[in-house]
Amino acid sequence: MDLATFFQQLANAVSLGSLYALIAIGYTMVYGILRLINFAHGDVFMIGSYLAFYAISATAMPWWAAFPVALCLTAALGMGLERIAYRPLRDSPKISVMISAIGASFLLENVGIVVFGGRPKSFPSIALFDTVVKLGSVSVLSVSLFIPAITALSLLFLEYIVHNTKTGLAMRAVSTDLDAARLMAVDVNRVISFTFGLGSLLAGLGGIMWTMRYPQLNPLMGIMPGLKCFIAAVIGGIGNIQGAVLGGFLLGFLEIMIVALLPELTGYRDAFAFVLLILVLLVKPSGLLGKKQTVKV
Amino acid sequence: MKLKRNTILSIAALSCLAIFLGFADLFLGRFAIRILNLSAIYIVLALSLNILNGFTGLFSLGHAGFMAVGAYVSALLTMSPSQKEMNFFLEPIVPFLQNIQLPFVLALIAAGLCAGIAAFIIGFPALRLKDDYLAIATLGFAEIIRVLLTNAQRLTNGAQGLKGITKHSTTPVVWSVAALSVLFTWALTRSSYGRTMKAVRDDEIAAEAMGVNITRVKSVSFVISSFMAGVGGALLGHMITTIDPKMFMLPLTFNILLIVVLGGNGSISGSVIGAIVVTVLMEALRFLDMPMNLLVIKTNGLPGLRMVMFSLLLMLVVLYRQRGLMGNREFSWDAIIGAGKRVFSAGNRAHKNSSKNGIKP
Repeated sequence: MDLATFFQQLANAVSLGSLYALIAIGYTMVYGILRLINFAHGDVFMIGSYLAFYAISATAMPWWAAFPVALCLTAALGMGLERIAYRPLRDSPKISVMISAIGASFLLENVGIVVFGGRPKSFPSIALFDTVVKLGSVSVLSVSLFIPAITALSLLFLEYIVHNTKTGLAMRAVSTDLDAARLMAVDVNRVISFTFGLGSLLAGLGGIMWTMRYPQLNPLMGIMPGLKCFIAAVIGGIGNIQGAVLGGFLLGFLEIMIVALLPELTGYRDAFAFVLLILVLLVKPSGLLGKKQTVKV
Repeated sequence: MKLKRNTILSIAALSCLAIFLGFADLFLGRFAIRILNLSAIYIVLALSLNILNGFTGLFSLGHAGFMAVGAYVSALLTMSPSQKEMNFFLEPIVPFLQNIQLPFVLALIAAGLCAGIAAFIIGFPALRLKDDYLAIATLGFAEIIRVLLTNAQRLTNGAQGLKGITKHSTTPVVWSVAALSVLFTWALTRSSYGRTMKAVRDDEIAAEAMGVNITRVKSVSFVISSFMAGVGGALLGHMITTIDPKMFMLPLTFNILLIVVLGGNGSISGSVIGAIVVTVLMEALRFLDMPMNLLVIKTNGLPGLRMVMFSLLLMLVVLYRQRGLMGNREFSWDAIIGAGKRVFSAGNRAHKNSSKNGIKP
């Protein structure tokens, strides 16, 4: 591999890693608070990109008006999902909540197939994001430059919310001990709802970026990114926002670089993430940046 | 007296069922036979997931992977050399499989054993995890199995899959396997081993404190469950006669999970009833995907609407009736007769009341 190809692949890896990171944050936030894998997160990501697609192509809105509308709707979807599928089961065994989450995921996918149609759609091209930029010998789509920047901004914004606002304090309190937080007069339901909204907003953002980078939409497009981003969150240490970003980048780099270095492994690309997950769970189950949790009898 | 009545009822019901199944081929159409046999296969699969999920409390999402192993092993072992040559037209098959052709029963056992061995190997790392981590890890392993099957061109014919698998899954075969599975699961859950499994499910730490070797119990349960999943997968392959790696993905596991949850986690008869109900519904609701002409709304076919219903069904069961149809109880004649008596006496009472009030029925 010469230097030019290396930099080209590096650019690809950075943009894929940023996308993974953006979606992984949503998983990690929900898990941090409810100890629940939101299996439907990948499908929220899918719905988010469809909403953006329809906001642009079905209405006359320009993209800078359409995207915020789509993002708000996605956040509302996430909050509704929590209200309907997860809140009634908050005191049920973990398996029940997981089954409900899987049901929700299948529901969204199949509603997607019914409403949006099974045939893939292509995302309209937006000039600002769809131009080829030359950086020396490396040529990238401009959206690949926007993606890391947007991920970085989202991360800063999130860090601000979690560490400098009252809601963030409440989120951390609920995550440490839900019952104690309730006794301290934290409105637990509101905080959880807010977390779902924020996580889904980021998933929607990730979805929009994803479809501009890989401009094809289909109702099952959320499954693989969803699983991989969950894995990214676990690798980084689930419940930890920096960990999710680290895991997302790690996974993105690994996928791009292994295929670039060993092209004969291309067919196995979707398995890398799972192998990595199993290795991490074996060596350090709490993830790279996670805290070890002990069980009290 | 009561015991005797129940035995007589059971024997009568079972012989009716046996006679029905024995002659089903004669008077049922091909479509009905297919649903009947599919129910039996789903019974095997649901029981296998129930051993894991309902009796040992291990939540696995990797069932489709073990089914794939079983389906491929059995298909490759029973296929005739000429059929193999036709399938492997891109690249020749590995030599040691080229001329091998085993009787169906042996191939079925081999399918189960291979799935069991795969589970044993996977269980080593995976079973150290709990709850959601276990679910994701098993899902990951199933995905890895699928990717391996897709890429092992000379072993599995890759993404093209295998066509022309011998149609061995006839009504007597699948229902015998289903009956064996029910018997086996019943015996297992009543054995002391089954009780340790339930102990692990109910409280792992307490079970460990009582001297139960948790790792071994989990591992054995995982292997048994996967053995059955492998057999079920093999039967499925021999029924559809075509398999490819894409068949064995999460939606297949979802169907089985739906059966187990609907029937009742930890109930054998629940799984049996759930398997039949879900299989029949899957076919009966096929019209939802077709063009419809409701009085007001006209649709020209909404593929996916059927699965929307099933996802809703799963969520409704989990949200409003977590016990499923049977809870963790089993089918019993006493319960049925008791319920019948209650309905009957309630009817009588209502009748008496209404005549007392002077309302003419």
